[in-house]
Amino acid sequence: MAQNDIRKDLLKKIADLHEVPEGAYNIRENSGLAGRRNTEYITIETKTDKPGINIYVKDGTQNKSVHIPVLITQTGITEMVYNDFFIGEDCDVLIVAGCGIHNEGDEKSAHDGIHSFEIGKNSRVRYIEKHYGEGKGTGERIMNPEMTAHLSEGATLEVESVQIGGIDSTNRKTVITADENAKVLIQERIMSDGKQDVVSDTEVILNGNGSSAQINSRSVAKGESTQLFYPKLTGNADCFGHVQCDSIIMDNAKIRSIPEICANSVDARLVHEAAIGKIAGDQILKLMTLGLTAEEAEEKILAGLLK
Amino acid sequence: MLRLENITFKIPAETGKTGTILDDISLEIPDGKYIVITGPNGGGKTTLAKVIMGLVTPDSGRIFLDGMNITPLDVTARAAAGISYGFQQPPRFKGITVKELLQIAAQKKLSRDECCSYLTKVGLCASDYLNREVDTSLSGGEMKRIEIATILAKNTPVMIFDEPEAGIDLWSFHRLTKTFREIHESTGCTLIIISHQERIISQADEVLLIADGKLSGRGLPEEILPQIDGIYERACCKLGAEC
Repeated sequence: MAQNDIRKDLLKKIADLHEVPEGAYNIRENSGLAGRRNTEYITIETKTDKPGINIYVKDGTQNKSVHIPVLITQTGITEMVYNDFFIGEDCDVLIVAGCGIHNEGDEKSAHDGIHSFEIGKNSRVRYIEKHYGEGKGTGERIMNPEMTAHLSEGATLEVESVQIGGIDSTNRKTVITADENAKVLIQERIMSDGKQDVVSDTEVILNGNGSSAQINSRSVAKGESTQLFYPKLTGNADCFGHVQCDSIIMDNAKIRSIPEICANSVDARLVHEAAIGKIAGDQILKLMTLGLTAEEAEEKILAGLLK
Repeated sequence: MLRLENITFKIPAETGKTGTILDDISLEIPDGKYIVITGPNGGGKTTLAKVIMGLVTPDSGRIFLDGMNITPLDVTARAAAGISYGFQQPPRFKGITVKELLQIAAQKKLSRDECCSYLTKVGLCASDYLNREVDTSLSGGEMKRIEIATILAKNTPVMIFDEPEAGIDLWSFHRLTKTFREIHESTGCTLIIISHQERIISQADEVLLIADGKLSGRGLPEEILPQIDGIYERACCKLGAEC
């Protein structure tokens, strides 16, 4: 596949981009800047002390988006990138991040993204992050994303984190703190196969009265892959939080799911649920009675869980 | 026409038990008939329905649909041949919505109005359910109704329902019996319902009585209903209860 086609394909997979996005964007490719646009409301600037960018969203910015995809198409690139988001007050913005690695060589390619968010009062941020790896090379494809976020009073952060496939090893760490009436919603979808390893360590700390969090993690582990989930909710105030982990295990995979809830206030209401299981035989049979083959039924069940 | 020839199904050896669940059953069901299969629990009704759908494989015997020997066909192929089956305890699917399940059944995109018509027939309000996942958030009764709606969306010449009334409240049950009559009248399908309910039995064209793995009776509802008490009492005695 030509380099330009690889680039287009990765952008489509990780950011649903078919062409240059509307609004602000910053495309990082093979550790360099491949394109950037600032707008009246959103400014992106390169850090001077370390690799990465600062993204500034003005107070009152409504219904705007910023795309910051990262592409690695050369083998042997390993990078640590720091992206800091400064979201003003009363904003409503969509941030589409994500990383795609195409590794045709035999050297390791790795992207470690450290993202921090400071979200102003009453702002709503939707953050979509997709990770994808491909390529016939023997070199590993590794991503270790970290995310820290602070939500000011009345702010909302909706995180949609998806690992579509092809990543040999990922160790993701997320820490989010929420002030009064702030709301956190995390949707995590992970598929692993082969000998891939996934570790996901997520903590939401509810510091403010009226704050809430929902962590919803769904995964499928195939082949010899391993997954470890460690979602933790801490309630330090009159707050509500719910952690739910659902995993389908297949082949010789291994999954550990360890949700933790920690209440440091008598008014904290925290719930956790976790389930791991194989696809039930009657699920396959039901879909077969509707006309699907056994293979189509399995695909439909997995696609539904990871949707 | 659906024809079963000498169907026998024994308790699988791997269970460590022995016994015959279906004992040399032969029967014919003409096209377009409304058939109710009834009889005591453990008599073989569900196994018979599963044998027709291909969900279990009989030890011996053959099944024909419109002259075609469907015995070697798997579940998918039987669905394609025109048989559908509503489970007694429908499975749940995390992440698949009611609308998606109806579309899988219909094997095409469905409009909101089309989905609504299927759900209304089973007493559900489409706006409350279309985007809900078919998961544990739904009650047993809701699951049963959605299961029936998927069979309506599938719309095959032969529809089998395994105890559709179980888990459905009294008010919805009245609606359900009407729905089955309407399905039968409007589609002309062969409708096979496993049921213990007199109201459903009484609206059938013909009733099959299955007990001890055998076809122990067959006739009009008014002919079979008087026999049912005796059959149930004999089944009760076999279980060691006082008769």
